[in-house]
Amino acid sequence: MENTEHMAEGPDGAPMLACPVCDTLHAEPEVPIDHVALCRRCGHTLAAPRENAMIRILALAVTSSILMIAAVLFPFIDLSAGGLENHTSVLDAVLAFSTGLMIPLSVAVALLIVLIPLARLLAIIYTLWPLARGDRPYPMARDAFRLAERLRPWSMAEIFVVGVAVALVKVAGLASLSLGPAFWAFVALVLVTVLQDNTMCRYTIWKSLDRATA
Amino acid sequence: MSVHHMEITGPGDSLITARQAGLLACDRCGRVHDAAALACARCGARLERRDGRSLQQVWAWLLAGIVVYIPANIYPMLRTSTLLDQSESTIVGGAIDLFHHGAYGVALIVFVASIVIPIGKFIAIGYLALSLRRAGFLSAHSRHRLYEVVEFIGRWSMIDVFVVAILSALVQLGSVATINPGIAAVSFALSVAFTMLAAQSFDPKLIWDAGREPS
Repeated sequence: MENTEHMAEGPDGAPMLACPVCDTLHAEPEVPIDHVALCRRCGHTLAAPRENAMIRILALAVTSSILMIAAVLFPFIDLSAGGLENHTSVLDAVLAFSTGLMIPLSVAVALLIVLIPLARLLAIIYTLWPLARGDRPYPMARDAFRLAERLRPWSMAEIFVVGVAVALVKVAGLASLSLGPAFWAFVALVLVTVLQDNTMCRYTIWKSLDRATA
Repeated sequence: MSVHHMEITGPGDSLITARQAGLLACDRCGRVHDAAALACARCGARLERRDGRSLQQVWAWLLAGIVVYIPANIYPMLRTSTLLDQSESTIVGGAIDLFHHGAYGVALIVFVASIVIPIGKFIAIGYLALSLRRAGFLSAHSRHRLYEVVEFIGRWSMIDVFVVAILSALVQLGSVATINPGIAAVSFALSVAFTMLAAQSFDPKLIWDAGREPS
């Protein structure tokens, strides 16, 4: 990497870490498994390594990807009223805005609930697969992980699930509903994603990337 | 779970920031660089200098978010047609309808997600940006907490857009009942996205730079 010479070190040559939130300098900590290192000033979690985290995150990310594909392919919700029926898939929800001026919104919804979450999962799998096996990281693994981190706020599958719940309450009086496998796949996806985000210690992953390429 | 506190490098026991030490730290991974570095040597992210450009971006995104929030409330969010009648409902109208139908919990979710959170975010981001210039009535710790809440909660406003998408996809029963999205859905989605970008452009380190609190 061309700008390695710009890395700064502490007075005793030890590597330093600045809190990403408040900029306070810390000596790079050796944090034992299941311990949490907090910033001394603002309390931000700097590191929280877990036992076998790489394998666990990898397993959860693969599970999420499969659930996401199932959620898009299988029937989502069926609605019937007055002898009329309507089968809705996640794709239909995405295409709801596909008339006239609202096409960009269709694209945005597709990105927020399917494409960005999926891109994040693939980037995480790409980064962690070799690390979990103890191999050298794949090319551009750092860029892939940085992308996954950037996309995090824009990955809105869990918000979509709550949106579905609200919509179901709205139409419950109007028609009878049946929930398809895709709905439950989406619910499971949200639970797995929460579990994965809680297991993932960014600091440990960056350090592992450093070590594996050193 | 036990909490492991770390040793601080720096003179004595005082807390020193990378900036005070003449260094530049990465926002994403925390790696510290000398002041001349442009990109993070570990993760490749662009290194942010706290030179006021970040604040200009915050104001620009925030104003854009407020501007598009106005049509989002004036124009209809949903157009419903049934055998008997046709109606259009705005964001507030939709919440009120739910309330009249007795779905108080859901009415509250919709009201909080599409009125309280967006307006609260405009005020909170504006306050955070203004408080950097003159000392506010909140400490750096409280303002930092406020920033974290804004960052965490902002994306949940998108819920209303998803509700409209699902309803429009679900309720397509010909002449019996049909729901179509209204143009307000677009401006509301834009407003949520712009305020998320405003919150992301805000560098929380600025709070601590200005605070200079003895800890």
